[in-house]
Amino acid sequence: MSSEHVAHHSRAAGIDQGRATTAASDVSGTARGTGHSSPKPDSRTAVILSDADIRRTIDRIAHQILESIGDRPALLVGIPRRGVPLARRLAARMAQFSPGDYPVGALDITLYRDDLRGRPPRALAETDLPQTGVDGLVVVLVDDVLYSGRTIRAAMDALRDHGRPAAIRLAVLVDRGHRQLPIRADYVGKNIPTAFDDDVAVHLTEIDGFDAVTVERAE
Amino acid sequence: MTSLATGTPSGAAAGSAGAVLETASAATHDGYADLPRHLLAASDLSREAAIAVLDTAERIDQAIAGREVRKLPTLRGRTVVNLFYEDSTRTRISFELAAKRLSADVINFSAKGSSVSKGESLKDTALTLQAMGADAVVIRHSASGAPHRLAGWVAGTVINAGDGTHEHPTQALLDAFTLRRHLLDGAVRDRVGNGLDARHVVIVGDILHSRVARSNVTLLHALGARVTLVAPPTLLPVGVDAWPCAVSYDLDAALAGADAAMMLRVQKERMDGAFFPTAREYTRGYGLDLRRRALIAPHGIVMHPGPMNRGMEIAPAVADGEGSVVTEQVANGVTVRMAVLYLLVSGEGADRV
Repeated sequence: MSSEHVAHHSRAAGIDQGRATTAASDVSGTARGTGHSSPKPDSRTAVILSDADIRRTIDRIAHQILESIGDRPALLVGIPRRGVPLARRLAARMAQFSPGDYPVGALDITLYRDDLRGRPPRALAETDLPQTGVDGLVVVLVDDVLYSGRTIRAAMDALRDHGRPAAIRLAVLVDRGHRQLPIRADYVGKNIPTAFDDDVAVHLTEIDGFDAVTVERAE
Repeated sequence: MTSLATGTPSGAAAGSAGAVLETASAATHDGYADLPRHLLAASDLSREAAIAVLDTAERIDQAIAGREVRKLPTLRGRTVVNLFYEDSTRTRISFELAAKRLSADVINFSAKGSSVSKGESLKDTALTLQAMGADAVVIRHSASGAPHRLAGWVAGTVINAGDGTHEHPTQALLDAFTLRRHLLDGAVRDRVGNGLDARHVVIVGDILHSRVARSNVTLLHALGARVTLVAPPTLLPVGVDAWPCAVSYDLDAALAGADAAMMLRVQKERMDGAFFPTAREYTRGYGLDLRRRALIAPHGIVMHPGPMNRGMEIAPAVADGEGSVVTEQVANGVTVRMAVLYLLVSGEGADRV
């Protein structure tokens, strides 16, 4: 695994490499992120979602979540790093559309990964779930890119150790396909057909200083 | 050797230099890439690597806080061997619990009642463990350097759980973790990435026989803290003036305004020489009573690696009083050892020779 990869890139490597580098750089990832203060001016790189697109997409998903949870108590759980600011944005928009309290948590899945063996040690990210547990809540997992599905499997394993949610749902900003497990998202910002070795990058203002989703096509 | 209870200029300078470096290194230096393969001594850890361990412990604590299932699947299918040649209930149990919380299989191998009591050498024992496929060996041995020798014989990760009067690195890590939690304000995110810069820790007692003191001086210095050792001259090792710390015989002066007092156990089993005239005289000079407790800074904490000789190096009223973190150290020990096992063992390849 090359450490030069920008933290949030979801690059092909058999397993969810995007998650791999994300977890490995809580501090340094930010620094690397600032090295990419705008999408690369490269003929192979295309901007798939602009900042306005991302705003509209989050609004739509917020509406969809509100519609499906009804009046059941919900908890938005972001998967670090970029799932956490996404979950916060969703909760803020939901509160605007339908006043109420939409708590947000964070769940690091590194200790539940199935590919720790034979790799350098990874930094752990923040976990922050309610002291009262997750029993009986509709938990909406939020992540930036859905790829192999292994991150989500790990997240469901981790959630099970925290309690027994009434239901688990999945919201992602981008679904790029190439699933390795029978997992699908309930709320999808955009489906992006990609080749296995294309590079999908989600940039968020909270972490990268600007909003954009880009795809770098493989050579 | 002069009394330097208020700290050496060089110690203070090292502290502030560390604080400056910290902002620069946070972005450029990856402590995780800096982690050693074995943990044999505190000096195996750079400042960044030590912070990586402490941060990981914080995250693990977050991950299992308030949960019914306090177990993580991280080391499923791995085998951790506790190889204890010296009696130690708390360290062995702490490592055992840490490994089990990470779902590893744990084998306890103590010298008593095993092939060791039949005369098997350390090397033969090591090769036996090797043949059984141990992914990690946690070793406690009365001979300084035994873990180092073991590391040359086995393929798995070796973690030193105390060797003779040499080192006890996981104790130093749990002490640093406890110090950071109490001396750095606020939330986890304010502690993560930070050392113990410019904090003053006074370590008191039997420095001569203490692997805890040795490891702590190295690690706390690496983390930017200022350390003062206080002991009767007979209980200071030769060459202590070369350690990165101040040395004093005057406990009252050293404790004034300190952020933490770490009391060491007077190790009766190692007291084969006449190191001090009587236990009472030791307590008068070097015991922590309520009067001396009041000399520490208001936010300061009292630590002890245990087991305590109440009434000897620490008064019961201090051990049970406000600011005493002795039982918290035990709890933190499990978390920190989980962090060490995760960082050093989880990435080990299945097909390594």
